[in-house]
Parts: sequence; C-alpha cells; structure tokens
Amino acid sequence: MTLQLENVSKVVSGRTHIYPTDLTLQNGTMNVLLGPTLAGKTTLMRLMAGLDKPSSGRIRWNGEDVTNVRVQDRGVAMVYQQFINYPSMTVYDNIASSMRLSGRPADEIDRQVRKTAELMKLTPMLDRKPLQLSGGQQQRCALARALVKNAGLVLLDEPLANLDYKLREELRIEIPKIFEESGSIFVYATTEPEEALLLGGNTATLWEGRITQFGPTLGVYRQPVDATTARVFSDPPMNFLPFEKRGGHVVFADGLDVKATGQFTALADGRYSAGFRPNHLALERPGPEALAFDTTLSVSELTGSETFIHLDHHGQRWVGLVHGVHEFEPGRSLDVYLSLAHIYIFDGDGRLVAPATYAAAA
Amino acid sequence: MSDTTMKPTVSAPGAASIPGDVTAERATANARLKSRFRPTGSAFVMGLYLLFLLLPIYWLLNMSLKTNQEILSTFSLIPLRPTLENYLTILTDPSWYMGYVNSLIYVVMNTVISIMVALPAAYAFSRYQFMGDKHLFFWLLTNRMAPPAVFALPFFQLYSSVGLFDTHIAVALAHCLFNVPLAVWILEGFMRGVPREIDETAYIDGYSFPRFFVKIFMPLIASGIGVAAFFCFMFSWVELLLSRTLTSVDAKPIAATMTRTVSASGLDWGVLAAAGILTIVPGALVIWFVRNYIAKGFALGRV
Repeated sequence: MTLQLENVSKVVSGRTHIYPTDLTLQNGTMNVLLGPTLAGKTTLMRLMAGLDKPSSGRIRWNGEDVTNVRVQDRGVAMVYQQFINYPSMTVYDNIASSMRLSGRPADEIDRQVRKTAELMKLTPMLDRKPLQLSGGQQQRCALARALVKNAGLVLLDEPLANLDYKLREELRIEIPKIFEESGSIFVYATTEPEEALLLGGNTATLWEGRITQFGPTLGVYRQPVDATTARVFSDPPMNFLPFEKRGGHVVFADGLDVKATGQFTALADGRYSAGFRPNHLALERPGPEALAFDTTLSVSELTGSETFIHLDHHGQRWVGLVHGVHEFEPGRSLDVYLSLAHIYIFDGDGRLVAPATYAAAA
Repeated sequence: MSDTTMKPTVSAPGAASIPGDVTAERATANARLKSRFRPTGSAFVMGLYLLFLLLPIYWLLNMSLKTNQEILSTFSLIPLRPTLENYLTILTDPSWYMGYVNSLIYVVMNTVISIMVALPAAYAFSRYQFMGDKHLFFWLLTNRMAPPAVFALPFFQLYSSVGLFDTHIAVALAHCLFNVPLAVWILEGFMRGVPREIDETAYIDGYSFPRFFVKIFMPLIASGIGVAAFFCFMFSWVELLLSRTLTSVDAKPIAATMTRTVSASGLDWGVLAAAGILTIVPGALVIWFVRNYIAKGFALGRV
C-alpha cells in the first residue's frame, strides 16, 4: 500500500502554500515532515487527509485516485497539536466513536477500546470527560482514538508540541512502538530535528512550501542535498562561512589560508560556502589540522550540561554547542576550533558539493 | 449555623491539597457574613437599592391582593383584607387566561424558529469565509436598531393580504425580525469558542455533517443555545406593539388584554395588578435557569 502525491499544490487566495510536490509514502513506514512553522507541514497533512482539496495534482491511495473522495471515506486518522477530543463524551465514548460509526459489533468495540486504553494507560480514566484529564492524558486519549481506528494513514501533527518536557520524552519513545505493529503509513510533523532523529524512518524536510529532500532520516541528516535542508535539519541551524578554492589552497573569508585536503581536494577553483553544525565547534583544538577562528562572544546560554555560545565572526553569526558549563563574559574574544572533517561544502546556489568526510564515511 | 457549614468543607476530599489554611479562610468569611448584618453604611445603601428596585413590583403584588374598593379608597402598605379574588378571575375567565396561552404559543414558536434558523447561520458565520460575510454579519445587528413601530405597518398589510392576520405564527414570524439576528450573534460567539479541529476530527472519524452537528457540536454549545433561547423568549414575551397590531381576537396576547380592561365600572385595578404579577412569573422562571450564563449572553457569547 502506498500514498502518492502527484504534482500536488495548494494555493490559497493567490498565495502559494505548497508548491507542486511529488511524494510517495510506503506502507508500514514512519515519515517525518520536518520544517519550521509556516513551512507547510500542516497544509501538506490536510491535503493527505482530504480535509483540503489540492489546487492541482492527484492523490493516489494504492494507485487509486482519491483526490475527490470525502474525508469520511478516506480511512485516515489524525492527531493535532491541540488536544482534540469530544468534550461532551467520556474517554470511553471518545475512543469508541469511530468504531461505532463504522457499525462494528458492540463486544468487539468494547474489547478494542479496553485494549487500546490499556496500551495508552487510560484504563482508570475511561469514565471521565477529557477536560478532567491532564494535558498528557488528553493527548493519550487523542492518540488512542487515532490508534483504535486502524486507519491506513495516520497523521500526527506536532502531537507532542504542547506537552511538557517530561511527558514529551515519554510519549516520543512510546509512539513509534505503539504504532509499529499496525502497519499503516505514519506521517509525523515536527519542528525539531532531534525528534526526527529519534523517530527514525524517513524524513522530508520542508522549507517555505517545498519539500527540499526526502529519504531515510539519517541519510538526510548526514548528507543534506542543499544548504536549506542542512539549515532545517540542524538545531540550532547550521553555521556558514564563505571560502574560495584557489590553486591547491582554501582561503576562508576571514583570510585563513590552508592547504586543500580531504573533501576540498577535488573541488574546482571558485567560490563556495562551508557549512558546519554547532556541535562541531570546539573550544579546545581537536587535532593538529583543525582550523582556528577568533570570534567575539555575544551571548552564552546554559542548558544543563551543555552551553550554547553565540559568536560573531567577521560579520557572520555562529552558534556553537559545547559540552560542560561555561560562564563566559559577553563581549570577550574566544578562539574556537573546527575540524576539516566536519565541513560540508555548498556551491554558490546552496547545493551540496561535498559532504563532510565524517558523514560520508558513516 | 456557622459550625455546620464549616465542617463539610474542611473534611471534603481534596481540601487538604488546597494551599493555605482553609479553616481560617472559612472562618473569616463567616465573620464577614455576620458583620454584614450589623447596620453599617453598605447595608444601608444596599437596603435603599433593593427598596427602589423592588418598590414597583411590591406595589403591584400589594394591589393584586386587594379589592378595587380598597385600592381606590385607602393607602395601605399591606392589604387590609387580602383576597385572591383577582387571581381567580384571571384563571377562570377565558378572555383573560387565553391571553397567556396565546402569548406562550407564539413566544415558544418564535423561540424554536429563531434557534432553528440561527444555528446553521451562526455556524456558517463562525466557520466559513464567504463574500461579504463580515458586512452581512453586521447588517444582521442593524435590524435591531429600527423601532418595531417602523415594521408594524408593512407587517400588518402583508399579513392581512396573505391571510395570516390574527394567527400565532404571524406574531412569531414578525418577532423573528429581531430575534434571529440576536440569536445568530449570540450563537456565533459561542461557536467560535469551539476549535475547528473538533469538526475536522469528527469528519475524520466518519461523522456526516448533520450527525456531527447534532451529536458532537450542539452539546458543546448547549449553554449558548440556552442563552439565545432565553433572549428570544424574553424579547418576544415583552414585545407589545407588533403582537397587538397583528392580532385581534384569536391570538390576542396577554399584554394586549391588559391594556383593554376598562369596563363599565371603570378600570379593574386589582385584576390588572394580578395579571401583571402573572406576566412577570414566566420571565423570572426562565431567568432562574440561565442565570449563570446571562452575562455571557449579554456580551453576545464573547466573554
């Protein structure tokens, strides 16, 4: 079973929300839609669900054209970022509602509801109304409603965004496990690269209404096809530094001149952009070949065992993520180091020319 | 008395989890309650307020329990010879009690029609965008800005020519002119408070629109429907001009009956007062049921 989007686009009152998109999702896979807010994740999901009709293109389900099929007849399930349940019904009736509508026998409904409630740890709350539950329990109820339906396509639109940190961790681990057995197509929208990596499966990165890349999550993370994808799939976003290849040398924008090695060797002469992830900036020299940059610290933020350092480097704003707790005075100068193996090379149009050697080897 | 009220509160389950000393707070509340009964400045002002507010109603009640002779001859704060004769007249004489029946019939008809028409309209305004939706929505309210007298003549002529004159439905329909816009405004406010995602979730679950609307959506805005129905009821119940113009005998409302009680022996004060008291009762009853939502209703559901 597959879900195919063929040249699907969405234009609302003259503004393009989704540019023509082709996407094929295979059965039994977890597919992450990763992108910042307003990238078009929700719009794309609503098109998949049939809540909105595409402005152009076809949607096929197992090869069959379902573009004009009502959402009621699509066999999809959806969980929203807000905790959406029917407030006037008990948790039991909420979970049972879709099965009752499809006219299943009462004893089967009862069995399914209780099984799902057990799985979602909702058994003690079955007789309560959703608004009497905590946020986490409400979202579990919404997930149970989606799960019990046994739909071929399950859409999860940032289901954990409104939960507190601890519950999010807990559900994030549970969700893939719970849905794994069902064999449906999962689509999970998120703004957090970390969440995409934890969920695994495939990832489609979205940027301003376009899917920039779709493939296995780790593959997209390690070898982004362009600078936009790399920026989306990195939190905080990837840092960039222009450089020029001249003869056998690499000259960075700040004047640093090194001999071309590794992924730099095969480059034709010309202007490029070097991209590197925040966690690859180091405060200590990692090896003899590492590049050293003198920067000015503008802000440093502590996040538990790690420190975010916001740096100014010759007009570029970088973010570094370094281990340990460092309390730096803002405004002081700081030398940071970067290993050549961690540099992605993008051309003038932002396309990836050479992945970082550490990622290509993995 | 304070001891008996205190006990269940303190021993109630969950009371211990409430921050702060519940017992102490409760005690101060009781102390405050006691002190209010001492004649202080605020009690005096409150007393005056209630006095002015209730004086006309009290006087109406007072009159309704007196004989005509007592009303006209003496000044008494309480009836000297209390009598229920006036009420008996109203409840036994069809020309009186049919007024109530007629009024109730067209008021209920109007309330039902208004709500039935306003529900889909309010849903459309709250959920869809269409050409001129905002202007149309505001224009609805402007209907309330014209005095009913303006509409009395066209309604009278129209209903006479199509044979609707002096029927309950005629008054009910005429009152829709004011009540439908009001109900739409109130219901729209309540509906806007229900997230659109609930509608979509229901469709995804397989609910058809009518089924979703009745089974999922209406329970969510039940208080809004109650408030809208209350306002329709009240406006229709107290409206006099249109209901009197559009009826003569068969559908004559109580308010019209009350204004025509001059008999050969002059004005029948006592019966009139009793009719007044009985007219207040339905409104007071309905208010009691929606008292918790009424502020939200006055704000057209936008609180």
